[in-house]
Amino acid sequence: MASSCWGLSESLCDFPSLSNKSLRLMRKTIDDGFRDLVRQFSDQIDAATRPLQWFLNTLETLFTGTPWFVMLVLILAAVWFASRSVKIAVGTGAALLAIGFFGLWEDTMTTLAMVTVATLISIVLGLPIGILAARSDRAQRVIMPVLDVMQTLPSFVYLIPVVVIFGIGKVPGLIAVVIYATPPMIRLTNLGIRLVDKEVIEAADAFGSSPRQKLWNVQLPLALPTLMTGVNQTIMMSLAMVVVASMVGVGGLGKNVLQAINNQFFTMGFLNGFALVAIAIAFDRASQAFGKRLQKHAEVLDD
Amino acid sequence: MTETDLTQTLSPDEEETVPGISIRNLYKIFGPHPERYVSAVREGMTKTELNRKHHHSLGLRDITTDLPAGKISVIMGLSGSGKSTLLRHINGLIAPTAGEVLIDGEDVAKMSPEALRAFRRHKTAMVFQNFALLPHRTVLENAVYGLDIQGEPRASSTEKAQCWIERVGLKGYENRYPAQLSGGMQQRVGLARALTNDAPILLMDEAFSALDPLIRMDMQTVLLDIQKEVSKTIVFITHDLDEALRLGDKIVILRAGEISQQGLGEEIVLHPANDYVRAFVKEVNRGRVVRLRSIARPKPSGEDWPGLQLPGATTLEGAAHQLLDAPGGSMATVLARNGSARGVVSMDDVMRGMLSQS
Repeated sequence: MASSCWGLSESLCDFPSLSNKSLRLMRKTIDDGFRDLVRQFSDQIDAATRPLQWFLNTLETLFTGTPWFVMLVLILAAVWFASRSVKIAVGTGAALLAIGFFGLWEDTMTTLAMVTVATLISIVLGLPIGILAARSDRAQRVIMPVLDVMQTLPSFVYLIPVVVIFGIGKVPGLIAVVIYATPPMIRLTNLGIRLVDKEVIEAADAFGSSPRQKLWNVQLPLALPTLMTGVNQTIMMSLAMVVVASMVGVGGLGKNVLQAINNQFFTMGFLNGFALVAIAIAFDRASQAFGKRLQKHAEVLDD
Repeated sequence: MTETDLTQTLSPDEEETVPGISIRNLYKIFGPHPERYVSAVREGMTKTELNRKHHHSLGLRDITTDLPAGKISVIMGLSGSGKSTLLRHINGLIAPTAGEVLIDGEDVAKMSPEALRAFRRHKTAMVFQNFALLPHRTVLENAVYGLDIQGEPRASSTEKAQCWIERVGLKGYENRYPAQLSGGMQQRVGLARALTNDAPILLMDEAFSALDPLIRMDMQTVLLDIQKEVSKTIVFITHDLDEALRLGDKIVILRAGEISQQGLGEEIVLHPANDYVRAFVKEVNRGRVVRLRSIARPKPSGEDWPGLQLPGATTLEGAAHQLLDAPGGSMATVLARNGSARGVVSMDDVMRGMLSQS
């Protein structure tokens, strides 16, 4: 090695790092401390996650327990009411029939239940945090770097503490999905509110609006297109995360993909993958069409 | 005609007015620590010096003016003159660095946030340059906006709004959205929204500046007609002197944050206080601005009052038409506000008054 070090002394050649011994000690202390802490509060953690568990299980039983043709009609009705587009409804119907035909109906329903819960939680968390960030520059300065970490940290890395805290199962998977799917909701809520026309905000102030009146009458309605993009992004992110979530015990399409990866089942992998893509496209189109429909007032009429 | 001194004119008999809004020694400095530099600015630090040495910008300097109640006051100035800043001090959207804004004896600058909110809800309404309508609400829903905020139930607020929507000429458009209307119609909605609020003070921030010239004239007429009925204290911001002269009972000309001249339109046109105002006034059509009361002369002794009687508020242009049509006479009697004969004018006086004296 000396040749690559231009004959310099060891301290200049190797990066001066902690010794292996102290590094090992550091890791052990943090890991053990964390584990002990989790063990100490395990009852509280269980209690806190129980409602989530219940919600997730109920929805999953509902989705998988309902006869397939009833679910199919319900999903198509939801898509139709959101988009009012025959094209999107027919496309969704065809995709769902194909999924069922290839024997993936039940797994798809499990995944849908998971995505529905994750999206709802992400909206419920993301909307108020986004509003807070939009209202205060200081809050924004604190929240934005956290979001950057949430979105760039490899999801496998934060799966580790999630598993340590919550164990293996649906809830930790759900939490991992929510961590990944909430940032776009927060970001787009913040952006949407900040981009509302300054003059309209001034008008709200000039007529004596309270902050609450301003939020409900002006900021949220005018930010709605951006908020809908946030919801759309949240759904897409949740669907993208189901494979990773299956690594900690979430069932459904993601689990099949994971099996296919481990066993090199080419056909199984692609069938499940395409099922995810089909659901993603259907939901994306339906939610975007819904967002556009809410903006009907922007259309110009011809007299 | 006898050779009377042509420069000798009677002083115009002005209407008496009550101040509705009194602005006293108002200063506004923008920057992180404006309070530090107020005294320096009071002692004469220039805008440039403040900007270069202390990185603060001077918005308004020592503004003192009384805007008459029940009249239209126009604040005129070019962009950057501080006219919109001054307007926003009246409803507290901007707080002054020093000075007072007195309305009904109360200083807007000293109100608590709650008091200010109540003041804005009940005492003022505002019309904006780019309309600032709520795009997701229909014309009718936009018009009731101010009353919504006051908590008035829709049942009664809709009735009021409907009346003003019809008054501004938007009947039949109640259920349209703003994006479906032209600019002029959108500003009618803005006006209806402000009038539905039924506040005594109406603030109009370059309300017609974004409109085409013809539509702008149209809206000015609408505003003047409505003002005849409602007699609100209107503060109108514009960069257009013609608009200022057409609308304004009182005109305040701002330049770089300071009052350059204030007074009646005629006063400003006839006696510009400085070169800046003179440059503005040069292009004005005096025949439509100057009124007989400003050029009337005392009746030469030994002559009878001329047969043609014209009110003092007649514009020179109007008087010229009347004098041309009058049989035989080139003289007219100018009446005072109470209808008595006050002075005389000749066709020559009218013509001379219409020509600019540059």
